[in-house]
Amino acid sequence: MSNPTAYVSLTGMSKSFGGVKVLKEVDFDVRPGEVHALLGENGAGKSTLIKMMSGLYTPDAGTIMVGGKEVKFSSTRDAAAVGIATVYQELLLFPELSVAENVFLGNYPRTALGIIDWAEVRRRTRDLLDQLDTYDLDVDAKVLSLSVAQRQRVEIAKALSKNARILIMDEPTASLVESDVQRLMMIVRQLRERGVGIVYVSHRMSEIFALADRVTVLRDGAHVATRDIGEVDENQLVSMMVGRSIESLFPKADATIGETVLRVTNLNHGRHVRDISFDLRRGEILGIAGLVGSGRTELALTLFGMTPATSGEIAMDGKVVRIGSPRQARDLGIAYVPEDRGQQGLVKSMAIRKNVSMATIERLSSGIFIKAGEEAQRALDAVKRLSIRCRNIGQPVGELSGGNQQKVVIAKWLETMPKVLILDEPTRGVDVGAKAEIHTIMGELVKQGVAIIMISSELPEVLGMSDRVLVISGGRITGEIARAEATPERVGAAMTAHRTGEAA
Amino acid sequence: MTTTVEATARSRSAPQRPGFFKRLFAEYGQEIVVLAAIVVLFAVVTMVNPRFISANNLTTIFSGNAYIAVAAIGMAMVIVTGNIDVSVGALIGVLATISGTLAVAGYPIWFAWLAPVLVGMAINAIIGILVAYARIPSIVVTLGALSILRGGLISVTGGTWITDLPSAYLIAQKQVLGLPVPLVFMVVLTALAALWMRYTAFGRSLYAIGGNAEAALATGIPIARRIVAVFVIHGAFAGLATILFATQLQVIQSTVPPNLELTVITAAVIGGVSILGGSGTVIGSTLATILFATIGSALIFVNVSAYWLRAVIGLLILATVLADMLRRRGRS
Repeated sequence: MSNPTAYVSLTGMSKSFGGVKVLKEVDFDVRPGEVHALLGENGAGKSTLIKMMSGLYTPDAGTIMVGGKEVKFSSTRDAAAVGIATVYQELLLFPELSVAENVFLGNYPRTALGIIDWAEVRRRTRDLLDQLDTYDLDVDAKVLSLSVAQRQRVEIAKALSKNARILIMDEPTASLVESDVQRLMMIVRQLRERGVGIVYVSHRMSEIFALADRVTVLRDGAHVATRDIGEVDENQLVSMMVGRSIESLFPKADATIGETVLRVTNLNHGRHVRDISFDLRRGEILGIAGLVGSGRTELALTLFGMTPATSGEIAMDGKVVRIGSPRQARDLGIAYVPEDRGQQGLVKSMAIRKNVSMATIERLSSGIFIKAGEEAQRALDAVKRLSIRCRNIGQPVGELSGGNQQKVVIAKWLETMPKVLILDEPTRGVDVGAKAEIHTIMGELVKQGVAIIMISSELPEVLGMSDRVLVISGGRITGEIARAEATPERVGAAMTAHRTGEAA
Repeated sequence: MTTTVEATARSRSAPQRPGFFKRLFAEYGQEIVVLAAIVVLFAVVTMVNPRFISANNLTTIFSGNAYIAVAAIGMAMVIVTGNIDVSVGALIGVLATISGTLAVAGYPIWFAWLAPVLVGMAINAIIGILVAYARIPSIVVTLGALSILRGGLISVTGGTWITDLPSAYLIAQKQVLGLPVPLVFMVVLTALAALWMRYTAFGRSLYAIGGNAEAALATGIPIARRIVAVFVIHGAFAGLATILFATQLQVIQSTVPPNLELTVITAAVIGGVSILGGSGTVIGSTLATILFATIGSALIFVNVSAYWLRAVIGLLILATVLADMLRRRGRS
């Protein structure tokens, strides 16, 4: 099974967490001088696999061969010793230290006296950065003053300083702007020419087709296929990833679209919400697409009163309203299920019952006291209606799985009987089953006349669920596309519109 | 086929409210432990020295420390929101001097009692505003308040005692329905505050803020207003505690028991209020106050130096916080 030309090959890798098998006998290998793309939905097992390759997790079963010899990694140090380095999505640099200090941290060259040879540290850092065509980066600059793209290059330099033969890159372009993406792709090609094997994790098909030599697809923790890039097209990859065609994955419920419930006119807040105008109708799902940092979430936060609008007008049911706080937004019938449920959605130490009633607790009180019986009954109903899997409604929300936590946040907001429900990345970090359930819930809500604004980074989700797609770039609307005309190409073009100069 | 459907339906509807005792232990675990410790301590010390449960000693234990329990109620509320107040001891010193001075100067007795409550609320309103709106961490604001209040008090009074208090003023030495007034204060205030915290939307919002302030805000809870309110309520409890403290002896010392604020914070923490915010009850803080008082008295009755009290309490703090950390770790 192990490939003679591969530098690293993994065979039969398996891993369970708390009785849940997240990786089932997966095979994977990387050859010197190739870009091997690793694809799969959230929860497919990509990050578990790369964490085992970089020594962060120990596999329950399976063997790792490096250069033809079997190895066991008990820490990231072991993996680094055989030349495997990782550039994580959340960059792990020390902001208060300089570029050079970061690059050689824990690995400083020393003088004959055993003292750190700073001149050497700086010289070699300069060298490494020059190799990455990064002549403009000062080795003495503090990392906190650098942009995300620059920090990423520091991470890559750090990997190279350890003579990495395999470089694992976990969604390296997720938070980069287009010009930086191009530059990163050049660096990747350069490394490949030097014989470095690269594991490239990304959701972006265009990058994968532009860079990869081979591609491996994982689904639900299992290996689906490994192919040369020339043998597959985008549709094949997507159906391998999801295991079915997109149409059946996003069951778009037919709801009658009614009168306008929310009208936004020339809304502004800071640099990220600029001159936004749109209408939202009852029973409609309005998808919002855009790159990270495009202003998608900022728009939601402004509509919900977290960062109140500095100018512009919001009208609910034809009446102009002022939304200065989440409380006002809530009382007007706007609900917001945030992007980061742990941060803004839930009090994890609190029981399901108390989280579900949190937005409506004042209405649930008669006189000064909470009606405890009704509160419990409503929580039980919500658990049943949304199929929240839990021991009982007294269970702290922090103990639930990601998908069930997300359903608790949705349940909390459904208690407020919202007219407008804003869902920000409703299925991020949620397993495939719960994802479908959340989509079904959305379908039921629009049938009841709720208007939904759905923000999502997943293009298939946006295209599959929306009646209409608004594309945002640089804080502005760069496209408004009806369901029938919404293709990945049109939406993708609008997502980068202001940079390439074309208007949608 | 039908059986499968029924089975699924049953497992779907399985989540119920947990049973009464399970809920009791889940919600009041720490309180039950503290209560058990008090009972065991009483039983053991009484066996060694039966005079431990004499009426006289019980009065000392329960009434003499009631003002600490009352102050700990407000402290528990503040800590539940994820804040802290290290100035309450100094505040009680200032309020006691104001109250006593008014009483001696011949103002109506009711006014001498009401003044510390109102002044306590006013001073804590300022603290609350600095914490909630100026966003200065409460530890910093209250450390500042501690210095100002304590320094100011010594400067103004020169450390003298207030004497010749009118006897009508000394409410802590009186009885209602045959029970000492401080005991009645402690029980009634604890009960009211416990109900308030447990069964009102306001109380619930304090737990939400301490559990995750950002999520509370994003759910429409006006957290800044709530934090100011909780400090003002805490100020009122400090005022009520002052009435008991200032009237228990014939004189008022301008030097309140040193470290009073730490005793009050400790009562809250050992009573099960998480120092990180989000959990705990005022029943716990009151029981913990009684526990300290019992330990202090017990040490005397079994002839151990009272200085050990502080060491024992120190151990209890560490054990409680450790247990809290372990519980949280188990949860995440």
